[in-house]
Amino acid sequence: MADAGMTNAAKPSGGEKAQWAVEIIALNKWYGDFHVLRDVNLTVSRGERIVICGPSGSGKSTMLRCINRLENWQRGRVVVDGKELTDDAKQILAVRRDVGMVFQQFNLFPHLTVLENCTLAPIWVRRMPKKDAEELATRYLKRVRIPEQALKYPSQLSGGQQQRVAIARALCMSPQIMLFDEPTSALDPEMVKEVLDTMVELAGSGITMLVVTHEMGFARQVANRIIFMADGQIVEINEPKAFFEHPQHERTRLFLRQILH
Amino acid sequence: MAATDHAYMRDAPAQLLPAPVASTGVLGWVRANLLSSPVNFALTVICIAAIVWVVPALLRFFIFDAVWSGADREACLPSAQRPEPGACWAFVRVWGSYFVYGFYPVSERWRVDLFFALLAFGIAWLAWLGAPRRDLGAIYFFIVLPILSYILLSGVPMIGLPDVPTSLWGGILVTIVVATVGIVASLPLGILLALGRRSAMPAVRLASITFIEFVRGVPLITVLFMASVMLPLFVPDPFAPDKLVRALIGVALFASAYMAEVVRGGLLSIPRGQYEAAQALGLSYWRMMILVILPQALRVTLPNIVNTFIGLFKDTTLVFIVGIFDFLRTIEAARGDPHWATPVTSVTGYAFAAVFYFVCCYGMSRYSRNVEARLARAQRR
Repeated sequence: MADAGMTNAAKPSGGEKAQWAVEIIALNKWYGDFHVLRDVNLTVSRGERIVICGPSGSGKSTMLRCINRLENWQRGRVVVDGKELTDDAKQILAVRRDVGMVFQQFNLFPHLTVLENCTLAPIWVRRMPKKDAEELATRYLKRVRIPEQALKYPSQLSGGQQQRVAIARALCMSPQIMLFDEPTSALDPEMVKEVLDTMVELAGSGITMLVVTHEMGFARQVANRIIFMADGQIVEINEPKAFFEHPQHERTRLFLRQILH
Repeated sequence: MAATDHAYMRDAPAQLLPAPVASTGVLGWVRANLLSSPVNFALTVICIAAIVWVVPALLRFFIFDAVWSGADREACLPSAQRPEPGACWAFVRVWGSYFVYGFYPVSERWRVDLFFALLAFGIAWLAWLGAPRRDLGAIYFFIVLPILSYILLSGVPMIGLPDVPTSLWGGILVTIVVATVGIVASLPLGILLALGRRSAMPAVRLASITFIEFVRGVPLITVLFMASVMLPLFVPDPFAPDKLVRALIGVALFASAYMAEVVRGGLLSIPRGQYEAAQALGLSYWRMMILVILPQALRVTLPNIVNTFIGLFKDTTLVFIVGIFDFLRTIEAARGDPHWATPVTSVTGYAFAAVFYFVCCYGMSRYSRNVEARLARAQRR
């Protein structure tokens, strides 16, 4: 299980039901002259829950954002659910429809109510009737335990509540894959738990999750595999128990010592 | 209590006290706003003196000593009973219909009145935020109203509305038409130009930048001259658009370049995360712009948009330069009427113009402040 996705030379698979949820093949990206992603290879199976950690500037967020093409790259390939991301705008939209994303800064739309935030994409992208979209949104808002805030504006909510709305908003598109980009880093300490609890519950639903986070407790509890990145490379991939108890790489050991005190 | 005793615990709740009298009510307001410091005190005295000096004189000239009725200049000339006559409102009353309609034929002026009513209805429908079916209101205002107005004002002989050439239009009618077309056309054009300027496509970006910088780089008068003098040189006469239409196009393009920069300022204020969140949800470029980015950007920039509208409204007076009789030009023409040649005729005419422009511009300004306050209340409670 731990090594299931580690083959570097995985071939992208076409067809109706792709074998892998995400395939990243020999991905290289530069910001100007700075080589931010260096030959990154990763395959994620369906339903797998991956936690990505590493020091800041290690390229973990950049890699995550390549999966729904919020970042472009110069060399390499990314295939999501059998669909290769190219410059084809339609293909990019098709991938984004099925990949939910939760941001560090929540990024809720401040001019819309919580409910409207959740129904916007189902109505305009999925072409769902307004009533159905609202039912769906209400269901997900219940699931993240804030249905009573539906008619408020984001600025009236606490950070933790906003982030849970952001999760509900992403779920309303019924994504196959959820990307979390440091979802708890911008939260006040007392609100971290409510967001993590929501994510733990979501993990139980069998959705594919890729989470960039420093919450090692969450990683231990939920992840199938933990990826450690440094200097734009994947340094180590392992299952949580082995990752924490027997880190293989010197760089990993250093990192764990620093964050686990 | 001993000096070393650091521990402290309140044993009874502190009393709730009323605020000191001097900090609330009328007295408190006066103290805080008018008399808080020596400079403030001096300013207050100077302002009161200025008001006492100016306001009674103005009231006397424009109201108490004003001439309200009369058939010609005799009424407004100094006489035994009236050694220092005030404003000659009789002049405005006699020439009033010319100020409103220009040379629009008298028998057809009901069409202009109807146009004003239809326009006022449309503006009210859109401006009243709580109005029912504002989507229908938008269709009415942006599609039905322009067609109706064209039919009404220009005339269609087939349905019994005789042609009225635009050379006969004038006064407030022309000012309102030019301002409305300029305002209504400049916002969408300006938005498109602003988006074009930030486009990822180099050709679109270059075209937008060229247009915006070129139009902003020349005075409106030049644009109007170009539109009315140069255009006919290139377009054969039968196809050349009407003089008023050329001015309308000139004003609309000119205003849209300014609007583009105003909207771009709004777009710059939207954090990147908003774009990313919209993209991550699978919204296409136009949906992202229309549903997420523009509503926020236009909201931020509403004061600037209205500012541009107000500037445009007053700039419409410049169409007189290509021979169009806008409101100010009709006053100019009327004040030269020898039947009304008195020392106060010009002052009265210009005062009338000032009141008209002030009412329109201040109305826009107040409305935008109301909308701002409303939006602020809705979002940040």
